[in-house]
Amino acid sequence: MSIWEYANPKKFMQTSARALPWAIGLTVICLVVGLVWGFFFTPDDYKQGSTVKIIYLHVPSAMMAINVWVMMLVTSLIWIVRRHHVSALAAKAAAPIGLTFTLIALVTGALWGQPMWGTWWAWDPRLTSFLILCLFYFGYIALWSAIENPDTAADLTAILCLVGSVFALLSRYAVNFWNQGLHQGASLSLDKEENVSDVFWVPLLVCIAGFVLLFVTLVLMRTRTEIRARRLQALLARERVA
Amino acid sequence: MRALLLRDLRLAMRTGGGFGLGLAFFLILAVLVPLGVGAEGATLGRIAPGILWVGALLACLLSLDRIFALDHEDGSLDLLATSPIPLEGVVAVKALAHWLVTGLPLTLLAPGLGVLLNLAPGAYGWLVLSLLLGTPTLSIVGAFGAALTVGLRRGGLLLSLLVLPLYMPTLIFGAEVVRRGADGMALGTPLALLAAISLGAVALLPFAAASALRVNLR
Amino acid sequence: MVMTARNLAVARGGVTVLQGLDFALAPGEALILRGPNGSGKTTLLRTLAGLQPLAGGEIDLPPDTVAYAAHADGLKSTLTVAENLAFWAAIYGGPSPDQAVQAMDLAALTRRRAGELSAGQKRRLGLARLLVTGRPLWLLDEPTVSLDVASVALFAEVVRQHLAGGGAAIIATHVDLGLPEARVFDLDPYRIRIMVRDGFDEAFG
Repeated sequence: MSIWEYANPKKFMQTSARALPWAIGLTVICLVVGLVWGFFFTPDDYKQGSTVKIIYLHVPSAMMAINVWVMMLVTSLIWIVRRHHVSALAAKAAAPIGLTFTLIALVTGALWGQPMWGTWWAWDPRLTSFLILCLFYFGYIALWSAIENPDTAADLTAILCLVGSVFALLSRYAVNFWNQGLHQGASLSLDKEENVSDVFWVPLLVCIAGFVLLFVTLVLMRTRTEIRARRLQALLARERVA
Repeated sequence: MRALLLRDLRLAMRTGGGFGLGLAFFLILAVLVPLGVGAEGATLGRIAPGILWVGALLACLLSLDRIFALDHEDGSLDLLATSPIPLEGVVAVKALAHWLVTGLPLTLLAPGLGVLLNLAPGAYGWLVLSLLLGTPTLSIVGAFGAALTVGLRRGGLLLSLLVLPLYMPTLIFGAEVVRRGADGMALGTPLALLAAISLGAVALLPFAAASALRVNLR
Repeated sequence: MVMTARNLAVARGGVTVLQGLDFALAPGEALILRGPNGSGKTTLLRTLAGLQPLAGGEIDLPPDTVAYAAHADGLKSTLTVAENLAFWAAIYGGPSPDQAVQAMDLAALTRRRAGELSAGQKRRLGLARLLVTGRPLWLLDEPTVSLDVASVALFAEVVRQHLAGGGAAIIATHVDLGLPEARVFDLDPYRIRIMVRDGFDEAFG
């Protein structure tokens, strides 16, 4: 069986209906375990005190903010090449979620930065990149909502997503070049030396898994809504003529 | 292709308005900034590279929606799409025409406004060079944005929202060149990157813009 | 044959409006599309012109054969009549505009700006554009809107000459053009009564 069968709206609706309860359950478990563990059962950092615990929201949402855009890029490509409607609708459904993750990352970052750096905002490369990413999300969502014909909107937003990705990458390097920052290095990497210590590391991984599952759950639900909305439109159009 | 370029230039000349407005806007901005920031020469000199680049970028933005909207309204775009000229060529030529009537005059006007903003003497050459390399990107990226929004009623506002994030790399490298020029620092890297972005954009974006136009015409 | 359409279907806004169209056009032939408003005449013409993708079937049409004239004439109001025609002649690489000016009786107006013309004069200029394209197949969407009786006759004469020269035309119109030799093609039997969003709808349970 080919993976493309899931691009059939009917097959997608059936499969996602079966998968959703599991996704919801796992999301709740991961988030509750990860956040409670992180917030209440990890020691305070010797330098940063309890403020360090915002990491359990900040890092996963920041990772997801970027991953969602990558997912939108992939689904846009699938739409352009194979013209599966589910793919285009999934990209549409993902954008507001990605925007929300970006905003969470920015706000939690500001809350963290204030006690640490003494400022809510600094034009640090990472912060600036996220602000730019936020603008890309705004533009993408605005273009979707401005165009009436759904296929036209899917085509144009897909083109925007492709071109935007290239420019977002360029912006990222441009911003790094433009200002060296305050922001600490990556919290996680495969090179163990740089990582935060193990006590923080395990609950953080659980939280990240929770955020990924949260995204999967939300994107499934929203894609289902979009598909039903399209179905409704089709039925109404049929009604008008018959 | 040449006929299309000549027609667009002639139209810009006859209609005036749209394109001259960009220059006037640039001038007004250069007058407003000292009034807002204060007349102190050192401060002005320090922010001048950024102000001039942001000003040129915004001035360019003003006339973007005219690139395709007018041709779409009067049906010319349909006829151009059925003509022997490939749509990619149409996009490239119209972006070139836009650059000739906005980007190029802005570049030529910029040194004069640099005087108003107390730009460091060493930076004038770099200002002109960076604008010369960067403004073509502004026009071709703008043409892409205009192609995305051509059929929409309130396309102008949406166009700005779509295009401005795409302008950021150009703005960063362009202003950096002038700033380093003013400080007498080495500026090979940002200059090369600015040129690279321009070349890449001019080479690839006509294809993206043409496919967006095709979607919008159907 | 100038063009052939086999089992053609066309869609407007993702909704198929006409399907099962079979027709062919030989040099010297004209086809008049008939059908009420909204029956898909414009959509069919735009599809034949290559501005819209087919919803189904196929079209045999060599590249660079069609000249399309829509409701909008594609004129620039700040350019003169001569400049407008010269521009389209240059774009299409067609014959010089002089003959088109004569044929559509625009000689007295060549130095006037298109914006100063009356609606009927503009329309005549828009139709003169067809002559400078040098394309064999004309796709005309309501070509006689805002033309007076004399201009309609003038236009019919131009079409007749085009046909005599081996050209062809597909015309969507409600008025009698005075072209008795043209074939009338009624679109009504090909209309889709129940609209279906193509390729998407049937996949739902």
